[in-house]
Amino acid sequence: MTALTRVIDPKGAVVGSLPQLDDERLVGLLTHMLRVRCVDQRMLKLQRAGRVGFVGTARGLEAAMIGSAAALATDDWLWSGLREGGAAVMRGLPLAEYVAQMYCNANDTAKGRQMCNHFQHKGSHYPSWSSVIGTQIPHGVGAAYAAKVQGKREVHAIYFGDGASSSNGFHSGMNFAGVWKAPCVFVLVDNGWAISVSSREQTAAESYADKGLAYGIPAREVDGNDVLASYAAMQSARERALAGEGPSLIVLKTYRMLGHSSSDDPSKYRSEAEVAAWEALDPIERFAAFLTERGLADAGTVERLEAQLFAEIDAVVHEQEAAPPMALKTLVEDVYADVPRHLRRQYNEFLRVAEVHGDAQPGDGAFPL
Amino acid sequence: MANLTLVQAVNDGLATVMRDDPSVIVFGEDVGPKGGVFLATENLTKEFGEQRCFDTPLSEDGIIGTAIGMAMNGLRPVAEIQFQDFIFPAFDQIVSEAAKLRYRSGGQYTAPMVIRTPYGGGIRGGLYHSQSGEAYFCHTPGLKVVIPSTPHDAKGLLIAAIQDPDPVLFMEPKALYRSVKGEVPEGLYTVDLSTLRTVQAGDDVTVFCYGAMVPVAMKAAAKAAEQGIGVHVVDLRTLLPLDEEGVLEAAKRTGRVVVVHEAPRFCGYGSEISALIAENVIEYMEAPVKRVTGFDTPFPNTLEHHYMPDERRVLDAIEQVHSF
Ligand SMILES: Cc1ncc(C[n+]2csc(CCOP(=O)(O)OP(=O)(O)O)c2C)c(N)n1
Ligand SMILES: [Mg+2]
Repeated sequence: MTALTRVIDPKGAVVGSLPQLDDERLVGLLTHMLRVRCVDQRMLKLQRAGRVGFVGTARGLEAAMIGSAAALATDDWLWSGLREGGAAVMRGLPLAEYVAQMYCNANDTAKGRQMCNHFQHKGSHYPSWSSVIGTQIPHGVGAAYAAKVQGKREVHAIYFGDGASSSNGFHSGMNFAGVWKAPCVFVLVDNGWAISVSSREQTAAESYADKGLAYGIPAREVDGNDVLASYAAMQSARERALAGEGPSLIVLKTYRMLGHSSSDDPSKYRSEAEVAAWEALDPIERFAAFLTERGLADAGTVERLEAQLFAEIDAVVHEQEAAPPMALKTLVEDVYADVPRHLRRQYNEFLRVAEVHGDAQPGDGAFPL
Repeated sequence: MANLTLVQAVNDGLATVMRDDPSVIVFGEDVGPKGGVFLATENLTKEFGEQRCFDTPLSEDGIIGTAIGMAMNGLRPVAEIQFQDFIFPAFDQIVSEAAKLRYRSGGQYTAPMVIRTPYGGGIRGGLYHSQSGEAYFCHTPGLKVVIPSTPHDAKGLLIAAIQDPDPVLFMEPKALYRSVKGEVPEGLYTVDLSTLRTVQAGDDVTVFCYGAMVPVAMKAAAKAAEQGIGVHVVDLRTLLPLDEEGVLEAAKRTGRVVVVHEAPRFCGYGSEISALIAENVIEYMEAPVKRVTGFDTPFPNTLEHHYMPDERRVLDAIEQVHSF
């Protein structure tokens, strides 16, 4: 097994070959990572204030997610495993839609049906995860196969966690992709934990990259706190897929700094020392140090960017606080292409009671039967 | 007696039976040091060690498949599926294997095991943290399906399920985990796995319900009482095997029946109750059986309070069958 691939070390010094990125894109990566962190921070605050139901953050995972996804092209698809909402924003998901989804309000493109943290953005080829861990893995493989047989020049990046590597979807997806030489990239974000189960207890394999071998899929382990290594790994895996050589597995080693979600208390199952050790490897500080060394940032850069980002986020939050109420008809729509008769009847029966109690809004009227 | 919440009663039930029977082991995702995402297995690893309460890799199929093998070879596994919504990766192992093992081996091999899983809405969990999948499993001969609604029953039914010679799906109404509290006897006791519970007696309308719908039905019954309608509220609690005699007796008592569940209506558990009544005691019925259920749609998020039967919809149905 190859050692952890790195481009910059934890102090920000260059230790590998730099990907071809101009200064603007380099600074852009810092901004995108910071936006992920600021959005998370704001959502946690809103969760504590009872405005948002639930938050699963990406704190600590910013470089893994942003670096790898930044190497994708506009036509490529990103299949989210759980925490990739920030990558979706970088690729075009409007922040307003992101926040509407967190509020599960009437502006949410999924009509408030999914719980928080289940973003989607059709425009940038980003379907939402369902909640059921691992199920998106074969979906991504099937979509990659479809791209291949239709001659579409696109790559499918399939993200999932260390926990998801134990799912049936992982096995089927890897196996089929290997057999079909599907143009996809498996991105296993090993963030140390699957809720309270450590990634060392999830498998007896020494490295998650070992799993590629059994499926005939080349794999490598990358320092996921190194945004440039994450970028470079995706870039080469993507080229391989486009060249018709088949899938790759990238293992991004990183660490989930906060609880699994806002409902989790990680002090029950992991030590402060472990968290502190990873805090010292912070992906944003590391990249800021690299940029500073190259004269692309200074001591005040991060603070200035954060102020801008919070202003941007707060304006969007303010807007979303004023969303209209959810239309009651969304209860029975989108189950099928048309609302079938039995559902129209169920809705009308429900509405009769709702109207008596003043719950219905104008426009919530009954369906014709 | 201790005054416990429903989730504490589950925890107490597990600890009690583990003290009594060393072959009982508990496993699943996050059930170890974390104590389960709802704390149903809190402190079990501390008391019984990692051999008897432990975390598994993230695979429901693996959890249930290995539980079957353990049960076939001398252990009494109590497997947790973190949310009932995530049981479907294990559907094959439950339906094809656990449920049919005794039958296909002519009784030579059996799978005495329990699958514990929180189910139901009311926590803003959206499509995949809210479902009530009892109908899928009640349609599976060879399984038993149990849903408690009180702390007393949660402990007693759970111990009975663990001691039962057949596989039992034990569905816990997560909306009630901390919202109901009650007296729970100390030590080992069981509640029979085939008898319904009369929650309150009444002579005008019978409401059949289970799990998190029991308190909803009780609220509706209290409102109905204000109008002089006496509601007979029945907690079915063991959906399979069903206390058929008890159901028919309760139906005959009033001749007017409402069935409440949060799962979708079509082919839902209410259909079985309704058919049972139609086949056996139709001559006693004064009104058509009315079902109050979730919509025949996936479970929503923001509008979940409209999806789930509430006291108003149940009361409306009570009034309808009463005035029929
Ligand atoms: C099939 C299934 N089982 C269990 C769960 C509950 N659950 C949600 S996230 C999670 C852990 C996921 O771990 P990992 O894949 O490492 O992703 P991470 O949370 O670390 O990003 C679990 C067990 C689920 N959502 N789906
Ligand atoms: Mg993980």
